[in-house]
Amino acid sequence: MSGVWVVLEERGEKISRISWEAVAAAQKIGAQLNLPVGAVLPGAQTEALAAEAATKGVAKVLRIEHALLGTYTADAFTIALEQFVQKERPDYLIFPHSYQVRDYVPALAARTGQVLIGDVTAIADGPTFVRQLMQGRLSGTYRRAGGGTCFVSVQSGAFRADPVAAGAAAIEVFAPTIDAASIHTKPGEPFRGSAQTVDLGSAQFIVSVGRGIKEAENLPLVQELAAALGAELAASRPICDNGWLPIERQVGSSGQTVAPKLYLAVGISGAIQHLVGMKGSQCVVAINKDADAPIFEVADYGIVGDLFEVVPALTEAIRAAKQ
Amino acid sequence: MKILVAIKQVPERDAQVHINSAGKWIDEADMQWGLNESDAYALEEALQLKEKHGGEVVVVSAGPERVGSTIREGLAKGADRGIHIDCDPGQLDALGVAQLLAAAIKSESPDLTLTGLQSDDLGYGQTGVIVAELMNLPHASLILHVEKTEQGLTVKRELEEGWFQTVELPLPAVLTIQSGGNKLRYATLMGIKKAKTKEVRRLNATELGATAAPVVTLERIAIPQKQRSTQILSGSPKEAAAALAEKLKFEARVL
Repeated sequence: MSGVWVVLEERGEKISRISWEAVAAAQKIGAQLNLPVGAVLPGAQTEALAAEAATKGVAKVLRIEHALLGTYTADAFTIALEQFVQKERPDYLIFPHSYQVRDYVPALAARTGQVLIGDVTAIADGPTFVRQLMQGRLSGTYRRAGGGTCFVSVQSGAFRADPVAAGAAAIEVFAPTIDAASIHTKPGEPFRGSAQTVDLGSAQFIVSVGRGIKEAENLPLVQELAAALGAELAASRPICDNGWLPIERQVGSSGQTVAPKLYLAVGISGAIQHLVGMKGSQCVVAINKDADAPIFEVADYGIVGDLFEVVPALTEAIRAAKQ
Repeated sequence: MKILVAIKQVPERDAQVHINSAGKWIDEADMQWGLNESDAYALEEALQLKEKHGGEVVVVSAGPERVGSTIREGLAKGADRGIHIDCDPGQLDALGVAQLLAAAIKSESPDLTLTGLQSDDLGYGQTGVIVAELMNLPHASLILHVEKTEQGLTVKRELEEGWFQTVELPLPAVLTIQSGGNKLRYATLMGIKKAKTKEVRRLNATELGATAAPVVTLERIAIPQKQRSTQILSGSPKEAAAALAEKLKFEARVL
């Protein structure tokens, strides 16, 4: 079987949500090109995960099974997946755009003379692949120019996992050859950066602040707005990088994922790493001086203006509205 | 320790971008350019490692003539030398650019190669990892902290959702650096003056060997489609704020 294959990832002893989204993307390509869709599961002792994958409307589940795949290393995963690519010659190999995929798939693709089309947000006829450029201010349409396997990774949240059809796929095992001496990195156990005392994930109201605030000294402005709304204060990455707010208040791919009733973004341009953490919010409000800022693409309401004038006025208006 | 830092020149963060007439890239006329943000953190890490352990920091960048100013910026911040690979990256994909960089870096045989985790313009986030692959060296990506040990390096790698991991790896190695791990330094006046006399070696793409024909092409660029229809509330700040509070209360019903 050549066709379309998806490489699944584990998260908390289950197949990760974004892996199912990658399956949905693969099924879209499969339907377009009339190709079968298979799922690949690299790891050690993946019986339960494979059984879970087999129920999701794929033609086949292939466990790439090796003791050295139990703990992720770029070396072992690249070696194992390259052997799979040489054996199976997939037309398309689809990945979730996770940090793990970012760590090894560019090398895997290069080893087979290919280039990963990464962080894809949409697939159109052709197929062509849409991904963001200039931090989300532009989008680009990409096409493969040569033959061989086409490597694609899909952005978290870009494809809906629920249309993944149910099924009962056959499960097979592929045992790659991996020499322990070819693994050069020694990964440690994951750890949390700081004690998590703020649970933004369950907050109903969030006021989030970005680079536009300019100085740490200006934060009281948004703190007052948050207080008026009864909201948690959150931030985009640069604010936490500068140490102005603790990292536990960071929203985005490297921080928390939130879905409040109201997400009010102040001075946040809306780089994709931020948007993936908040686009599930019920109502999004953006205040930004740049009318072209990508945050407005996901906003229900927007004010284009100077946040230093708009925010105090809004704090007052909210106080009045809540009386 | 000899450290090579691959840096990229990208449009300034707040620069206005316009799509060019061919619809394939942005109009570069009158564009303001600067050093890619995560590359600035990679350079900072390199300079701090040199301050602790001695050695040399060399910045390398691929691009047309204009890239020279960003190499000078790296030299002004403290890099010892520069390498400018003269090429038109618009004609190359991620593998093509990485092949040029890898060839130039190989000729320097560094102990450590650093680069930012992704560029602010194309955002592929692949160059460092492909360079490692082409040089047949171990790598680690999304690194916030680097410590030199007797055996090699211990690095702090960022994972998703607030998790981290420590990774040990031998030298030579390639790391992609995440933003925020260090405080960035500014170039001093003395640094800017000194940068003018530092060596910048120019290499052209053909000297470095042929690169593969692109296997992936960017067909066209566009303004992204809106995912939600946004009601922009206009008027004075006070009027807009009042209108917004009204909408939140009676239309969105979230207040």
